[in-house]
Amino acid sequence: MTEEVMPDRTTGPESQQRWKYLDTILSRPGPFTDPDWEPGPPVRSALQSAKILCSCLYMIFIACIHTLILDRGAGGLGCEILKNLALSGFKDIHVIDMDTIDVSNLNRQFLFRQADVGKPKAEVAAKFVEKRVKGVKITPFCGKIQDKDEDYYLQFTMVVCGLDSVEARRWMNATLVGMVDENNPESMKPLIDGGTEGFKGQAKVIFPTMTSCIECQLDMNAPRAAVPLCTLATIPRQPQHCIEWAHIIAWEEERKGDSLDTDDPEHITWLYQKALKRAQEFNIPGVTYSMTQGVVKNIIPAIASTNAIVAASCCNEAFKIATNANPFLGFPGTNNYMMYTGDAGVYTYTFEHMKKDDCPVCGNLAKPLVVDPDSILQDFIDSLAERPEAQLKKPTIRSEEKSIYYQSPPALEQQTRPNLTKKLSELLTDGEEVAISDPAFAITFKFKLIFKS
Amino acid sequence: MLKIWSMQAETAQAGQKKKKVTAAQLRVQKDLSELSLGSTMRTEFPNPDDILNFNLIIDPDEGMYKGGSFLFHFAINQNFPHDPPKVKCTQTIYHPNIDLEGNVCLNILREDWKPVLNLNAVIVGLQFLFLEPNASDPLNKEAAEDLKSNREGFKRNVRTSMGGGSIRGQTFARVLK
Ligand SMILES: [Zn+2]
Repeated sequence: MTEEVMPDRTTGPESQQRWKYLDTILSRPGPFTDPDWEPGPPVRSALQSAKILCSCLYMIFIACIHTLILDRGAGGLGCEILKNLALSGFKDIHVIDMDTIDVSNLNRQFLFRQADVGKPKAEVAAKFVEKRVKGVKITPFCGKIQDKDEDYYLQFTMVVCGLDSVEARRWMNATLVGMVDENNPESMKPLIDGGTEGFKGQAKVIFPTMTSCIECQLDMNAPRAAVPLCTLATIPRQPQHCIEWAHIIAWEEERKGDSLDTDDPEHITWLYQKALKRAQEFNIPGVTYSMTQGVVKNIIPAIASTNAIVAASCCNEAFKIATNANPFLGFPGTNNYMMYTGDAGVYTYTFEHMKKDDCPVCGNLAKPLVVDPDSILQDFIDSLAERPEAQLKKPTIRSEEKSIYYQSPPALEQQTRPNLTKKLSELLTDGEEVAISDPAFAITFKFKLIFKS
Repeated sequence: MLKIWSMQAETAQAGQKKKKVTAAQLRVQKDLSELSLGSTMRTEFPNPDDILNFNLIIDPDEGMYKGGSFLFHFAINQNFPHDPPKVKCTQTIYHPNIDLEGNVCLNILREDWKPVLNLNAVIVGLQFLFLEPNASDPLNKEAAEDLKSNREGFKRNVRTSMGGGSIRGQTFARVLK
């Protein structure tokens, strides 16, 4: 692809043309519009002033190494989302991504050029989309979502996620759930989460604390395609088995203490050569350097069209939530989860995933609890048994840093027992969150301890 | 709730920077409270504040490994229960399903792990490996061959290895209590 000279689209007929259909949607109600909804300028300004966070762009760069088709056109979920949001009339978009552009990805990417190699993806993507869609402001941040705190996330209207790992998703989810303050409706930020894996994908909308969250949905994740360890060790049948063997067994045996860095070419080369040797022993063809990289880094094959479909669905929901122009996914008590399968024909299924009462993240929110910092832990535990809302008779208590008191297993009970005679101020700090579980309850209670003597 | 967007008031919440108990910690806490260790198993926490890393000691009271004391290290990452716990035997032992590095071949630690499974399922599985060593899922091929071809010889090898002896030049850890 070559760089084109773009005409100025800020003014003139072309600009009006671009927003014509959007304006139509926002200036009159449709058959599904809420009767209370009033079309017109306020709706448009709600859309324009909405501050959207898009994290992250990972899928743009997925190197698809398994098949030829994949090699040609890996799109990007994050990139699709970014483009769609801009073209849906959002004006204030922030984007988080931690990676930089790698030369090996250039042939598959449409947003980046040779000159961009080494630059942060977020920055380059933001510039590109800003140039194509005049009037949109895209603020890039090159880093991890975990680098930012609640104050940062509080500024957004909603968060749209195309994250590559379950871990990152769970972190984002727990952060947004933890931010909800019952007395402040603005502290609840809708989370729109998209994910794809090959021909399959899903888009879902979460209203933290009100509807089923990522943690509630953990068992919806496709089971991992792991091969039994004994197969790897004794009877490998596929080139991937030889690579996994090198990764899990050979590395541990021969390079103990050396921690494996999947971005280090020397490490990948070592694994590749080990795997190749093993494959030759067992007469298995097909081990390549790029396959080694793919297996070790657990790269999920991405298909451009799946990404486009899922991204479109995510942005559709973002648009409807911001403008209220039509019913959106995730309204409490209605459907919140769209599954798409494209490997045999086209199939989508939309349903309501139910919130789990015993979800460790959204099952119970941290409630403020006033305690005397000079009282001892045993007294605090006794007082929990008397609390009317939940009589916690055998509580186990921890903070993020410390095991405060464990009823079991016996070893941990013994180790935490000395804490019982310590003052709360020695164990915890003012405002710290504690998680309290009790065998009588499936849910874990969370309290934010407020010190008042 | 639908109209909250138009308000767009600046929100600022001070003093909320305290770290929160992570989802993995919450789940492990729940799982630990549901462990049934019985009389043959116990746990050990090198750092009691870190519940994601601990040891499990199994002292089988029946079967071929009776009289031994076997130590496993559990390392759980922040992605638990999406990821299974990493479990390794810290001693060099003679067992068809455990290699000399301590890797364990137990289906629910790898290919059959699901987030609905808990730590108790894992410890039950480990305990079972000592009651019923399985020659069809070998990680230590020689031990598996011994078990398949000569059960009595295998039993003798187990006794030798548990006493800290060697088999075919490989010395094993002394695990007798
Ligand atoms: Zn939940």
